[in-house]
Parts: sequence; C-alpha cells; structure tokens
Amino acid sequence: MCVEYCPKKVYVKSEKLSKKGVFPPEVKFPENCIKCHLCELMCPDFAIIVEDKNDK
Amino acid sequence: MSFISNSLIIEKYLRKDMLPTIFCTGCGIGSVMNFTLRAIHDLNIDINKTVFVSGIGCSSRIPGYIYSDGLHSLHGRAIAYATGVKLANPELKVVVFTGDGDCGAIGGNHFLHAIRRNIDLTVISINNFIYGMTGGQVAPTTPLKSKTTTTPYGNIEYPIDLSMMAKVIGAPYVARWTTAHPIQCISSIKKALQKKGFSFVEILSPCPTSYGRLNKMGTTLDMTKHFKESTINIKLYEKMLAEGKTTDKMVIGEFVDIEKEDFNTKYKKFYSDLK
Ligand SMILES: Cc1ncc(C[n+]2csc(CCOP(=O)(O)OP(=O)(O)O)c2C)c(N)n1
Ligand code: SF4
Repeated sequence: MCVEYCPKKVYVKSEKLSKKGVFPPEVKFPENCIKCHLCELMCPDFAIIVEDKNDK
Repeated sequence: MSFISNSLIIEKYLRKDMLPTIFCTGCGIGSVMNFTLRAIHDLNIDINKTVFVSGIGCSSRIPGYIYSDGLHSLHGRAIAYATGVKLANPELKVVVFTGDGDCGAIGGNHFLHAIRRNIDLTVISINNFIYGMTGGQVAPTTPLKSKTTTTPYGNIEYPIDLSMMAKVIGAPYVARWTTAHPIQCISSIKKALQKKGFSFVEILSPCPTSYGRLNKMGTTLDMTKHFKESTINIKLYEKMLAEGKTTDKMVIGEFVDIEKEDFNTKYKKFYSDLK
C-alpha cells in the first residue's frame, strides 16, 4: 500500500522475504519524504510511524 | 486537519498489550479504527466519556483494542446495547462499530428502529460484502454474481444498500466512503461524531482473506484500486443523472446532513412538560 500510494516514492518492496512470508516495504529514499503522513493513513496495520527529527 | 503520527495514536488510544490485532494482513478494519481514532483526536473528545459498542464479527473486534470503555455484545445487538447505554447516561458519547452482516442481517431491525427513534449514536458500519469471521458466507450486502462459500456459483439475491436504507428512514447524517478515501472518511466521522442524532457512516473495506480470495480480486492494494474505480461521488453522479446518463457504479459521498431533534432531547422536554 505505502509503496503504491506514497506521492514521493520513498518506499520500495524489499528483496528479502520476512518471517511471515511477505516482502515488506523498505524505506529507500527517506530524504524525499515530505511528511504528508499518507502512508500511515493507508497502512491498515498501524505498521508505519513517520517521525520528524525536528520535533524532538 | 492535523496530520499526526501513528505513534501518538498508538500511545494515547490503543491497548498495547492486545496488539498485534487479529485482523488478517491487509484487512481494512485496521484502517477504519485508525480513521476513527484520528477523528476523535482532532475533535479533542474525552475518551473517558466515550463508549465503543460492537456486536460479533471481525469488525466488531475494534473496541477490544481501544483504551476506553467498550461493550463487545451479541451478534446483531450492538445498536440495542448502545441505545441502552445512551438512555442510561446521556452524557456519554456512544460509538458503534458494526459489520455489514451485524448491521443489515441479524441486526437489521435494531438498525431501523434506532434510526426511527433518532437516538444520538454514531454508527460506523464496516462493509466488506461478506461474513468475514465465519469463513465467507453470503451477506445481505454481497453484490450480485459474487462468489462466497455459500454461493459458490455466484450470488443471485439482490443486495441491500445500508446507506440508502438509513437515508429513507430519516437518519440526520448518512455518508459512505471506502478505505481508499482516508481524508474523506475522517472528516465524515468527525461530522458524524458532532451530529446530535443518529449518524451513520458506511465504510467499504477490503477483506482479502474471504471476499478477495473467493472472487479472485487479488491483494488489498488491488481491492482498494478496484474501490476507486468502481465507485462514483454523489456530486458527479447527480450531474450525470441531470444529463440523463446512468451508471452501475456504487455511489459514495455524503448523502444526508440535516438537523433533527434527537430522542434524549425530546424525552427531556416531554418529561419537564409533564411536571
Ligand atoms: C446469534 C448468532 N448467530 C450467528 C453467529 C455466528 N457469526 C459470528 S460472526 C458472524 C458474521 C459476521 O459478519 P459481519 O457482521 O459481516 O462482520 P465481518 O466479520 O464481516 O466483519 C456470524 C454469522 C453468532 N455469533 N451469533
Ligand atoms: S476475514 Fe476478512 S474481515 Fe476478517 S480479519 Fe480477515 S480480512 Fe478482515
């Protein structure tokens, strides 16, 4: 979902198979992220957390 | 609308000891839970004065994961329980999560009469077109020709449209979106939470395990794409109708948004008039 819906194409499908037998998405281009939080909204499993380094 | 991080939602609203959820990978129910919690967060609603009520089904598991009071009731009886909660303590905000079978089949009559009475509830119906929990039997919302485990050659019964039913009986707020429309879902849930009276939000949600697999619709991603393609916004639809065109796409959008006196207010007035 996030791989498809990210407007800046931050994610790519990873090559490695996870323990659950899926190819999890991988954050390949974090510098492109514009913090729109769309991936968090689209992910049904609460699996993504977008953090802003400047927030801390 | 504030775009907040999932970490805040998880910290503030979820029971971390209950995670991960029992939902299948890619199930849309998690998204609906996320949208609802974001709407509650945006409106600054006190979670300690909110009760989440549900019946039985995959979608009815949601209150179990939210860190607030909840009632996981009987199959189809969520709205009946919620009515009781609201009448006993009108201060509470009552949110009902219900599946399509829960709301339209076994709970159909409760649904109709709660709308008739206009009880101040927010009902969020998660429509996955099938009975997810029990293995994929036909539901009253299953579209024609769709395959389920009880209709292996395709469904021949006409489906019911829950939103249209709510509109016809006179609910003051009715909207339908899909999980492919997160922003619209959140703003509709917000309006529904603020509305005094019966507000109904139907969210079409992918069930890749039962509906998706039996109908060869692919993954959640394919199903959400299909939702986007097979639905049409009410504004566009009305334009098309005015031009004399029709479509067999499912209409989504905000159907009703009116003011109507709710049962509790009426009851209070009635009671004080008697004295
Ligand atoms: C009185 C009663 N009848 C039947 C059942 C079996 N049952 C459990 S869940 C379910 C279907 C739920 O489907 P739905 O409401 O569409 O929710 P979903 O699982 O699809 O989210 C049924 C029939 C039950 N638990 N109680
Ligand atoms: S069976 Fe369907 S509705 Fe139930 S958790 Fe799995 S994907 Fe979701």
